[in-house]
Amino acid sequence: MDAKTLLAKLFPAGSDVAFDGLFFHGTGESASGKVAIIGSVDAAPIGVELAFRMAADVLEIVREHPARPILLLVDTQGQRLSRRDELLGINGYMAHLAKCLQLARNRGHKIIGLVYSEAVSGGFLASSLLSDHCYALPESQVRVMNLPAMSRITKIPLERLEELSQSSPVFAPGVANYLKMGAIQALWEGDLAQRLAEALDAPTESDSRRQWGEQRDGRRLARAVSERVRHAEP
Amino acid sequence: MNSYYEASARERLRLLLDPGTFHEFLPPSERVASPHLLQLDTPAAFDDGIIVGKGLLDGRAVLAAAQEGGFMGGAVGEVHGAKLVGLLERARDERPAAVLLLVESGGVRLHEANAGLIGVSEIMRAVLALRSAGVPVIVLDGGQFGCFGGMGIVARLCDAIVMSEEGRLGLSGPEVIETTCGVEEFDSRDRALVWRTVGGKHRYLLGEADALVADDAAAFRQAAIDLLDTKPDLSLEALTAEHERLGGRLERFGACRDALDIWSALGIAAPEKLPLLEADAFRAAVAGKRA
Amino acid sequence: MEKLIYEFDGGAPVKATQGPAIVGVVGSGNLEVLVEPENLGGRCVVEILTAARGFGDIWKAVLEDFFARHKLADLRISINDVGATPAVVSLRLDQAVESFLGGAS
Repeated sequence: MDAKTLLAKLFPAGSDVAFDGLFFHGTGESASGKVAIIGSVDAAPIGVELAFRMAADVLEIVREHPARPILLLVDTQGQRLSRRDELLGINGYMAHLAKCLQLARNRGHKIIGLVYSEAVSGGFLASSLLSDHCYALPESQVRVMNLPAMSRITKIPLERLEELSQSSPVFAPGVANYLKMGAIQALWEGDLAQRLAEALDAPTESDSRRQWGEQRDGRRLARAVSERVRHAEP
Repeated sequence: MNSYYEASARERLRLLLDPGTFHEFLPPSERVASPHLLQLDTPAAFDDGIIVGKGLLDGRAVLAAAQEGGFMGGAVGEVHGAKLVGLLERARDERPAAVLLLVESGGVRLHEANAGLIGVSEIMRAVLALRSAGVPVIVLDGGQFGCFGGMGIVARLCDAIVMSEEGRLGLSGPEVIETTCGVEEFDSRDRALVWRTVGGKHRYLLGEADALVADDAAAFRQAAIDLLDTKPDLSLEALTAEHERLGGRLERFGACRDALDIWSALGIAAPEKLPLLEADAFRAAVAGKRA
Repeated sequence: MEKLIYEFDGGAPVKATQGPAIVGVVGSGNLEVLVEPENLGGRCVVEILTAARGFGDIWKAVLEDFFARHKLADLRISINDVGATPAVVSLRLDQAVESFLGGAS
């Protein structure tokens, strides 16, 4: 689904969104008031400029619109791979965006992410995975790396990876795997405006992804191991 | 002198903290290894490549984690990530003087890529929640494998970073960029190019690393002690100031092709000499010139 | 991966109150060795998980030499190996025992 179609479905009461290259931002009218929108199109590689641009918007929302919910609609093929981005410290720009979203969170802005097309590796880490509630459309694609590339790097035969991926959600691409492992709270189907209204009304708790991963039998260890470290004697 | 670069993660913790004070949580004898590696016929470590625990630094209570680069490049899997998240959450309960992260990681462990990526995201959230609660997180980066991938983002979420020249910090490693974009984009075998692009001296000059020390465990220890009283600040004012600094960097250096161009623009007289200088001489040569 | 288990009898008990000790790293050509005190009826039990299959005879010889040097009882030694040479294995075993007896962990 392209971004304009998505916006029309999410905000039947209207939205005011400006597109600038791979980036877009604006507001939408939801059942419970205005929602700030920050997003990208065309599987944007997230480089220093885009991360910086998104952070600027978050800071402006915090300054100008206290407690307004923020909806991240980021379509990304991953971090931009270039020597220049590394030279300028791309990881610091992504960290800055994460800190700005934490500031928003600390000040009572609800942060919702919706993966509507593609979310990959570092680009996913620096966008939708930073939200309090991360959802996805069923047809979206989520991954760290495709299996042939994974096979080349790990030197594990592709057939073995393909075979195991039938039963294990742990490494293979697929939105269903991320749902099972708790990173994606739910898939949005049907009336998207209604799904958004429900998400805006849902209580926001602390990071619950380990609990969901365990309940859905996708990540069996993360919650228990973290709890053991947290409460270990002495 | 004990080389931090050459030491194992366990040795680094022993050398960094007050002698005999380190107590490990979920030690190797608990055998909390990765089941996912064994499923792929890949050897697993009893501690999953990360040591977490508590100890004293200069007499003050700290929590500490150390990643072992020798095991899978320090990459983050499900157990590895969960141990670090648990430690960061424990710090919210215990409120130590600081949490020390002795990072050494290539990022997400591909054998359990989804669990690793989500684990890194949980580490990020836990660091931010801990800093929001007022406990500082201090990063030490001087190992053989550097700090890349999601852990490179984690490092920059923290309060301060201590690096040696040998330490490296970035997102996509030089090999990954070369493999994907070609050797013309980034020649990962050109050691000098790699070091001046992602190494400690460049990070210090850009203002990303707060301290640049010699490759000596005692120097890392002293730098960490000096940073213990850092106060986390995630206020609008602090982030607005950071935003201006990062914007200024894009304006000032966005067109630079090489670290040498940036160092030159910073007003350093003989930038090509910087890689040759020892830590003390280097700090003296760049005093007052950092971005 | 291959799992190997060896047991040795006739060693002398080591001083009690020692905690576990670990040395080495699970990296290529290397191994980690975990030494733990345990009531094993006087035996020393060595359990190996190795990435290199088919070297059971060599492990047996290396461990017999090791046991002849140290003669330890009531000890569990657990190894994760990534194709270390016999010389590296012997070195790590000696380091592990030294660390264990020295009380460092």
